[in-house]
Amino acid sequence: MGNRVKITINGSVHEAEVEPRLLLVHFLREVVGLTGTHIGCDTTNCGACTVLLDGRAVKSCTMFAVQADGRTVMTVEGLAQNGQLHPIQEGFHQKHGLQCGFCTPGMMITAFALLQRVPNPTEEQIRWGISGNLCRCTGYVNIVAAIKDAADKMRGTPAPAGERS
Amino acid sequence: MIPGSFEYFSPQTLPEAVTLLQRYGEDAKVLAGGHSLIPLMKLRLAAPRYLVDLSRIDGLTYIRESEGFLRVGALTRHGDIETSDVIRSGYPLLADAARVIADPLVRNMGTVGGSLAHADPAGDWGAALLAAGAHVVATGPRGGRTIPLDEFFVGTFTTALQPDEILTEIGIPQSQKNSGGAYLKLERKVGDFAIAAVGVGLLLSSTGACEQVGIGLCNVGPTSLRAGQAEQVLRGKKPDDATIARAAETAATESDPADDLRGPADYKRDMVRVLTARALRLAVGRAKGGA
Amino acid sequence: MAVAHGMGHSVKRKEDARFIRGKGNYIDDLKLPGMLYLDIVRSPYAHAKITAIRAEKALAIPGVLAVITGRDLDKYGLAWMPTLMSDRQMVLPIDTVLYQAQEVAAVLATQRYIAADGAAAVEVDYEPLPVVVDPKKALRPDAPVLREDREQKTNHIWHWEVGDRDATARALEQADVTVEEDLYIPRIHVASIETCGCVAQWDSVDGKLTLWMTTQAPHAIRTVVALVAGHLGLAEHKIRVVSPDIGGGFGGKVPVYPGYVVAVAASVLTGKPVKWIEDRMENIQADSFARDYHITAELGAKRDGTLTALRFKTIADHGAFDAAANPSKFPAGLFSICTGSYDFQSAFVEVDGAYTNKPPGGIAYRCSFRVTEASYAIERMADIMAHELKMDPAEFRLKNFIRPEAFPYKSPLGWTYDSGNYQGALKKAMEMIGYTALRREQAEKRTRGELMGIGISSFTEIVGAGPSHSFDILGLKMFDSAEIRVHPTGKAVARFGTKSQGQGHETTYAQVIAHELGIPEDDIAVEEGDTDTAPYGLGTYASRSTPVAAAAGAVAARKIRDKARKIAAHLLEASESDLEWERGKFFVKGSPQRAKTIQEIAFAAYTNHPQGLEAGLEAVAYYDPPNLTFPFGSYICVVDIDKGTGEVKIRRFVAVDDCGNIINPMIVEGQVHGGLTMGLAPALYEEITYDDDGNIRGGSFMDYLLPTSMETPRWETANTVTPSPHHPLGAKGVGESATVGAPAAIANAVIDAMWHLGVRHIDIPITPWKVWKVLRQNGVTE
Ligand SMILES: Cc1cc2nc3c(=O)[nH]c(=O)nc-3n(C[C@H](O)[C@H](O)[C@H](O)COP(=O)(O)OP(=O)(O)OC[C@H]3O[C@@H](n4cnc5c(N)ncnc54)[C@H](O)[C@@H]3O)c2cc1C
Ligand code: FES
Ligand code: FES
Repeated sequence: MGNRVKITINGSVHEAEVEPRLLLVHFLREVVGLTGTHIGCDTTNCGACTVLLDGRAVKSCTMFAVQADGRTVMTVEGLAQNGQLHPIQEGFHQKHGLQCGFCTPGMMITAFALLQRVPNPTEEQIRWGISGNLCRCTGYVNIVAAIKDAADKMRGTPAPAGERS
Repeated sequence: MIPGSFEYFSPQTLPEAVTLLQRYGEDAKVLAGGHSLIPLMKLRLAAPRYLVDLSRIDGLTYIRESEGFLRVGALTRHGDIETSDVIRSGYPLLADAARVIADPLVRNMGTVGGSLAHADPAGDWGAALLAAGAHVVATGPRGGRTIPLDEFFVGTFTTALQPDEILTEIGIPQSQKNSGGAYLKLERKVGDFAIAAVGVGLLLSSTGACEQVGIGLCNVGPTSLRAGQAEQVLRGKKPDDATIARAAETAATESDPADDLRGPADYKRDMVRVLTARALRLAVGRAKGGA
Repeated sequence: MAVAHGMGHSVKRKEDARFIRGKGNYIDDLKLPGMLYLDIVRSPYAHAKITAIRAEKALAIPGVLAVITGRDLDKYGLAWMPTLMSDRQMVLPIDTVLYQAQEVAAVLATQRYIAADGAAAVEVDYEPLPVVVDPKKALRPDAPVLREDREQKTNHIWHWEVGDRDATARALEQADVTVEEDLYIPRIHVASIETCGCVAQWDSVDGKLTLWMTTQAPHAIRTVVALVAGHLGLAEHKIRVVSPDIGGGFGGKVPVYPGYVVAVAASVLTGKPVKWIEDRMENIQADSFARDYHITAELGAKRDGTLTALRFKTIADHGAFDAAANPSKFPAGLFSICTGSYDFQSAFVEVDGAYTNKPPGGIAYRCSFRVTEASYAIERMADIMAHELKMDPAEFRLKNFIRPEAFPYKSPLGWTYDSGNYQGALKKAMEMIGYTALRREQAEKRTRGELMGIGISSFTEIVGAGPSHSFDILGLKMFDSAEIRVHPTGKAVARFGTKSQGQGHETTYAQVIAHELGIPEDDIAVEEGDTDTAPYGLGTYASRSTPVAAAAGAVAARKIRDKARKIAAHLLEASESDLEWERGKFFVKGSPQRAKTIQEIAFAAYTNHPQGLEAGLEAVAYYDPPNLTFPFGSYICVVDIDKGTGEVKIRRFVAVDDCGNIINPMIVEGQVHGGLTMGLAPALYEEITYDDDGNIRGGSFMDYLLPTSMETPRWETANTVTPSPHHPLGAKGVGESATVGAPAAIANAVIDAMWHLGVRHIDIPITPWKVWKVLRQNGVTE
């Protein structure tokens, strides 16, 4: 019962034969080997699995790989360009926006989508924007600071190629 | 949590999709945003043998005003409604509702059509659109038909749709100068389904009386509810404090909540009262040109 | 050039580099050739006899290799395992299940999805048995005995008491004012965003087991495996436990769960690597819980507000097995810290453990062994007493605090507090939040019928278990260890017996060594978690890494410095006593230009070491702390309550912590933020409950309500510094203070808002409907 899918992930095309029930998150982690996208729950609540699908932040645990056929996905591994950290990654490092690091990839991808839409967000807008991503370690204060820091740096900085908001 | 196996179809046109539904009947399920269906499949509480994905059918995502109605395509995502200028400028009830459904990531996938078709009494669109006086368009082998939302919710998780019908459009009477609305949701935390939520849509006459009014209640009964008697209290009257209080109390008696982790039934009933009063005040303010 | 920052600097974290790139190595990221997958069949019943397990349908699925049951494990003596608390626990049941979601059978398959299909296809017949969910009922003589396997035919596990029962009873009788309250601290779950899991790999040629697992205590696990499976030929030198990057631990990754054991058994049986990763619902429903204390608390005071006596009687619900992870002599953990920050003349505490049909546990969830329970109880009671006496809660605390000059202070329940300045912390918090103005605002609002509350919590923590005379787990003394090797080029590798789960050890331990040796942090690689390389240690929990392992690091570094002095003397042709140390180099007293840097010394240690001295520059230290450390702090919370809906909104929260000398202020602040959020959670949101049939309510993230960014306030933090007199660095540990201190501050604020209406107490979590209910009862509505 294999279905063929062709998905562009972080700029490169991946083709594979998959079972229709294969979740996108498992496709990314196990078929493509991009383990930066994590799984933290069964009920679509935590956001550890967040990726960009055609530029929108979505929970890849609640989507089948076949639904992403022909579409573009960006994962945490796609944030840095040519070995250069993205300002969001810099921000998380500088502002201590991560502890165990498990929520961090999803958090950063959500932040990426948020800043594409709202380049100069208020604290309230950031908090609202990340309210679908749970972090158990940081208490969010430094995540908010990290995203603000990134926003400040990014205004005027072009986004990585190949992504649209 | 791993879903069971199924066969997957992604038709390019509506007739193709309908044909698939006809062929597989009860064994098939439509897949829209997947944000109600896939969680159920992962828990193996749903195990459809065939999935018919609507996402590759063109022309099911739109928000536009025409012929006296606001028309929203069934595949329109909650997030699209939340950020739509048409909605934000003219439909505060829908704008309020869109932003309190689930969380931003879920709103990027979940669709308004899927939400109605799922018919979860905790779904926010049910209550909001009942208040807005909406209808839906169902498309099946015999073409399209219009179903008033009042007749749409048959029971918990059941609707007036036939197994081979697809919900394709939602229609809402176009907003007017003196119309206003509000949707207030009480939740245990952001992203959660409502403890209780109340939607209000109204149109004030030139004298300031309630010419039209709709009140929808979320998660306080076996289906999304319309508080018809409370509407009756307001209809033709000026929405002063006393009338609002009476309408709110009436709405509470029309609700039929159950005890659960969100609180005991008497609490939820009282929340219907509190939220109805607050939503009415907000909606009246907006109808009068306030924020 | 790299510089040595040392202590007190907000050095950015070294470990971030991989995490922000999505290159962490968490357990589920590990993939080995030929790896098999395990999935677990769980019980829908809370108490039942298993009459049949039918595997045929599962085995008929292509790719399903085996269905493992308790009877299979029993053949190898593995159907039961010891808990860390001298109890035992089923790995897989032979004939009875004792809680819902208990492991019943395991399915081994070639792929994750097939294992899940297999688990869904296993058919089990049950005969339901009477269920006991209330520990008070469990302790009644007519209650069904749940643990038929035990000799003692009772659900009573143990009784523990400390203090002077009679003197306390007398003091309470003689008190001018007494208050009594029943406080329930609900069952909660750590719910780290990463769940638990492992990969077990048995190499049949070498007879060696490698076990990658989500554990906070890899060495202890290695020893436990050797003790449990020794009879099967698993010897400790042939067991390697590796703890990879851990996506949050908080105490939940200390115990051994059945899944780990079955994965090991399955790997030994098949000779293939076996992966087991639990899902979130399994994690919440079956892994060790925390808290679940039913406390009856009493305080006595004089009319002038002086506290005199404390008596706490507690029933501890331990579920079906006592699988707490407390030090062996402390079945109720360090609960006897419950006299808190106050100077009581007499105190008495007793705790009784009970079995119920619920998952096992009683783990230290970011609470240093039952300190959250203790701290919540005393701080709630202090507020109730203050209100009862019509005293301002801040004034009441300032009056009753242990005086700064009274340290080291001997508490009536037997602890010796190392150091403290409680007045300093509270006054600082009051200043930061503008306490007097807030009280004024509250009084004004009250006249308008608005509900605003101010809550204080002035907690005393007890961490750093612990001194070997009293502290052990399964007999293993609770020291911890560090090994430092300085390489010829002056770079170093340092290994520790602990395991970071996000606390940033790769950075803070490097800072400690940089502080002591002057080697830049960037030149020090810190490693933990691999039992083949790291020195033996008891692991990271109960805020013990800084008090114990960082101390070991400092001691090991000082040993290296001692040897470096000898080498420097040789190189500088001076006597050792003529040398002086300035961070990073030795120089000859009076002529600072005659100096040798630690890097030069390191090179000489391998190329030109003095005769009579061993070559090399390395040291190991096993640090056995002389006492625990006692961090403390004062938190103040301001809430506004919606009279219509009962919603509580935290307007501000100020946290002043004192954890002694600080290694990395940025990391300490981060720990406090996270801890506060974990204190907020049970105060307002999180709780696991059961219905009368033992069905779990709140067993997924749909209903187990982790706070999001929207519920979590913008925490305001600050520090005072009162060093620990006995710790080599003067540090105390901070990982759990905030979780311990926060719940009472929030609860006190909510009650403070409503005390004038006649509200004395609401059990946490304080949900909107509970607030609405008491407001209703007291005639308040919108
Ligand atoms: C964590 C989480 C929190 C949530 N919180 C909320 C909340 O607070 N409020 C709220 O309202 N919702 C909430 N939801 C539900 C969410 O809004 C769903 O997206 C929505 O209910 C279903 O829309 P969907 O497009 O995802 O439908 P799907 O999951 O694709 O489908 C749902 C059902 O409707 C059927 N269906 C879908 N589209 C059609 C159609 N066009 N014609 C006929 N049948 C169709 C499907 O066959 C299926 O049975 C939450 C979901 C999650 C995962
Ligand atoms: S894994 Fe939790 S939302 Fe996807
Ligand atoms: S950093 Fe650990 S969950 Fe966010």
